Formats: sequence, C-alpha cells, structure tokens
Amino acid sequence: MSNKATREALGETLVELADEGVDVVAVEADLSKSTTTFKLAEKYEERFFNVGIAEANMMGVAAGLAVAGKIAFTGSFAVFATGRAYDQIRNTVCYAGLNVKITPTHAGITVGPDGGSHQMNEDLALMRVLPGMRVLVPADYHSAKAAIRLAAATPGPFYVRLGRATLPEVYPADAELEVGGANVLRTGTDVTIVACGVMVAQALAAADLLAADDISAEVIDAYSIKPLDEDTVLRSVRKTGVVVTCEEHSIIGGLGSAVAEVLAEHAPRKLIRIGVRDVFGTSGEPDELMAHFGLTAADIKLAASSLVIR
Amino acid sequence: MRDVPPARASYIHPHDWSATMPDFSAVQAKAARMRIDIVEMIAEAGSGHPGGSLSAADIVATLYFGDVLRYDASQPFWPERDRFILSKGHAAPVFYAALAEAGYFGREHLSTLRKLGSMLQGHPDSRKMPGVEVSTGSLGQGLSIASGLAAGLRGGEVPEPSHDDRTVYCLLGDGELQEGQVWEAAMFAAHEDLSNLVAIVDHNGLQIDGACNEVMCLGTVADKFRAFGWHVTEIDGHDVDAIRGALLAAKAHTGGPAMIVAHTVKGKGVSFMEGDAGWHGKSPSAEQVAIAVAELTPLTEGSAS
Repeated sequence: MSNKATREALGETLVELADEGVDVVAVEADLSKSTTTFKLAEKYEERFFNVGIAEANMMGVAAGLAVAGKIAFTGSFAVFATGRAYDQIRNTVCYAGLNVKITPTHAGITVGPDGGSHQMNEDLALMRVLPGMRVLVPADYHSAKAAIRLAAATPGPFYVRLGRATLPEVYPADAELEVGGANVLRTGTDVTIVACGVMVAQALAAADLLAADDISAEVIDAYSIKPLDEDTVLRSVRKTGVVVTCEEHSIIGGLGSAVAEVLAEHAPRKLIRIGVRDVFGTSGEPDELMAHFGLTAADIKLAASSLVIR
Repeated sequence: MRDVPPARASYIHPHDWSATMPDFSAVQAKAARMRIDIVEMIAEAGSGHPGGSLSAADIVATLYFGDVLRYDASQPFWPERDRFILSKGHAAPVFYAALAEAGYFGREHLSTLRKLGSMLQGHPDSRKMPGVEVSTGSLGQGLSIASGLAAGLRGGEVPEPSHDDRTVYCLLGDGELQEGQVWEAAMFAAHEDLSNLVAIVDHNGLQIDGACNEVMCLGTVADKFRAFGWHVTEIDGHDVDAIRGALLAAKAHTGGPAMIVAHTVKGKGVSFMEGDAGWHGKSPSAEQVAIAVAELTPLTEGSAS
C-alpha cells in the first residue's frame, strides 16, 4: 500500500506525459512546491511557466498556450484557481472551449491548519455550472493519475480536483477512468452511498460499519461529477430505495446537488447529503475537521441507518 | 460597387520590408470603407460600440491591409499565420469589417451583427467565426492570452524555428488598462522576453462613464509599460504611415515585448461622434447613418480600390 495525496499525482503524471511525447505544459502561480508542478519544471523547464502570484493571468496564459496547440495545465490552490480566476475560466477558457486543464490542489477542508480562507468548499459548484466544463474528483493517488491522463487525452476544458491530505489507496495502479463514468466499488441492497474524492474511503469504511449492523450498502465512486453517470446512480437507487451522498464540499452545488437533480427528475427517493453545511471552514488538523464537519464514516453510517431503519 | 479585395496577403520576410511599401492611400480607403461598414452594421443591429471601433479603424486596417499581418483568409488555421487578438472585444465591428474586407466571409454577413444565428456575435466568438483566434469581450484578458500564445508559438510547429517570425498582435483599449490582469500580463511578457508579442493601445481617452483620466486616471501609459520592461513607441493612431512603421519596428524589436501607444480620437471619421463618450455604445439613427456615410464615402476612393 502506498498512501499518497492526490496532489502528488499532478507533477508526476505531467512528467510521465511529457516523457511520452504528449505536448503538455503547466502554468503555475507561485505554488509549484505545494502543487508538485515543480517536478515538470525540474525535468522540462521549457514546458513550465510561473506567472507569479497572478491567478487571472495564469488562466489567460494557459488559454493562449492552448490556442498555440499545447495541452495546458494550471496550478495554484482550488480556492484561488477557481475563485480569483472565475471570469477567465468562464469567458476565456470555457466560452471558447479551449484545451485547458484546471488542476488545482488543496481543495476542501482537508487543507487543514491554513483555515477557512484556504479551504475551498465551493469549487465544484462553480465549475459544474459552466457550459462545456468536465469535472473530475479522484478518490486517491492512482485514480488522480488516471483523471489527469483522461483530461490530457480528451480535448476541451477540464476541472480536476486535487487535495493535500494523504489518502488510503482505493484503486490499483492501473486504474482507468472515463468521462461520465462511475464505479460501483461495493455492491449492496439496502442503501446507496454515492461519494467522491476524500469521501470515497470514508464511504467504504461506513459500508463496513453498516454491514456489522446487517445493513447492506452499495458504494459508488461518482468521480465524474459532470457529466454524472446518471445510469449507474439510478440503477442502484431503484434497487436500494434510499441514498446518501458524501462530499468534502458544500452540500450546495456539488455531488449532492447533482444526485438530487437526477433523483428529482427520474426517481424521487429519500436522500441525505453529507457535506459542509453552508459554512466556511476553520483551522484544525484534517482528521479533526472531518469529525467537526460531520464527514466521517460514522456520520455516513448514522445517515444511512436513519434512512434504512424507519 | 467596390472591387472585392484579394483574399491572400503576401508573405513578407522581415528583410524585405522596404521592398514592398504599400499604397498608403489604399489603406486609408480600406479604413474609410470599414468605418462605413461599422456605422451601417451597428445601425442595422440597433446596438453596438461605434466609438471604439472607429478609433481603431486605421490601426486594424493597417494590420490587415498594410502588409503587416501575415494571413490567408482561405486558410484561417494556416500554421504560419500571425495571430491577432482583439482584447477590446466590444470593438468587434471594426474586426468584422476587416475580416469581411480580407475575405474571411462574405460581406452579406455584416448585416447580421448581433442577430440570432449570426456568426457576428456581439463580441468576437472564435467558435463561430473564422479568423477569430480566441473569444474576447470580458476586458483585461487579451494580453494574457496573447502572451501565452506568443510563448507557445516559440519553437513550435514551423519546421525551422530560427526563421519563425510569427508574431502575436494584441489590440487593447485604454480604459481596459484599468483591469489589473493587464499588468499581470505585462509583467509576464517582459519576464518571458516575448519578442514575438506586439501590443497596441487604442488610446482614445474615453470610456463609458467619461474621460478615462476622470473615471480612473491612467497616468502616462507609455511610461507605465516602459517601467514594466516593454519597448514602447507613441504614434498618431490615425496616420497609417506611422502605424505601419511602428508595427514593423515593434515586430523587428528583439529582447522583449513591444507596445505601441496609439493616440486616437474616439468616433474618428464621423464628425458628430468624434470625442464624445456618449457614442461608446450607442446605435446611430438612419439620418445619422446618412450623414456618416456622406462624410466617409469620399475617403473610400483610394488609388487601389
């Protein structure tokens, strides 16, 4: 087992792609050590552009590089890459459908001690609403590498959400993802747990806890938030009848909202959304914050049990 | 009736500039023709931005018809083309007038400006219109895109990079310089020594709410770019000879990006629009169109058209 953070996949995968002759470049905003894009800079200096602390320009330069034919990845933290550069992402990248891959790190509350200013819990909502944007949230290091490769191989804008926290391995090293895909990681009959990112490992742990209470949980990794694998979600929900969504993000606008929209239109069922409940983050260690905001396996188990035992 | 212009601009190597001095009166005639198109298409649309389109007409006409920009209207994605980015995207009418004149699309499209189904969107849309490299309209972003594009073109797809003189031209408004992103890009372009980047500021001194220096003082634009490490020249932005000379000198400049501060008159060429911020984003009436066309028509009779 090699437990690593999803952010570690960024620099390593960019170097691999460059080694393979893929025309990738990275534009960073002074956070290359944290995002790991420095690895590309170390081996391929000419493929790396550091714009300094200037996220709007980072996005514009990446757009220009994409117009020049490059596959342009951007760095920085999720809070800055999406919030500070939103208009650039909307009007320059998405409106023109450019081949820019927005791959910031340090998303969500697991940023930890830096606190609420740096814990981005609204990025999925911001990115999901943009026409043409594909949104991926990998659950571990291996699936993060697959997500980055998928973004590089698929023309057009992508948002790949990466994090700072070390996560347990969920996928094998040869994992492959697809746009609009989802994986049923565990089959069950009593409750559907749809998770993404950091919460996938928590959802699997919750399924173990539920099994001890004779509740059979199906766990889906909905790594493609947009487009969402509606068929996989609906097939499971029609079997189990109740749903819990789990995300390290606001319950507004992210995975929970996406699943709720699908359920409301196609198969109304009882749903509980686990996530950050419309508040800002706060300083603390990642494990403490997961408990503080109700994002642990125990919290998922409680929610699932309340839906099943009525 | 006007003759249809040739679609292809000839390839001009930097060493051969003097060999092909263009007919400046022909460029002036093109600019006048474009000004008529601007006024007529905005009137037909019922909305749009005449002031900043008219102020930029001589600059854009010189780029496209003064043997400056290298392009082939029949091959919008020709790899060896120069790139033009209209950062002040609201001046789309001057861009469309030039693209139509250059042969990227038929003139009949001009009357569809801002209408449902048209490729002439209110602001340039690269997914709808040939010859538009990237969509613009949200101010302050073009120079970043142009910088990334210039960086990406270096050592790129042209077989012999040492002879690769592909140049990225970016036209900005002066009010647009109030956007902080412009200065982020200005830093980047100088830091990266982007010698293949030429920017032009259409310095007409007016923005929607009034004089730029009253809304938010720009100071001395040339000095600001010099302080950011750019090579800067200042010209009369309605003197096509001076514009061409400055563009070619800026292209030839090595050691970093070059900026041309073009002093212009907002609404230039239409007497009642000149110098009036009220014409930033307003459509003229039929009577006003007639006056404008009457003023501009005599100027369309250059020796080449």
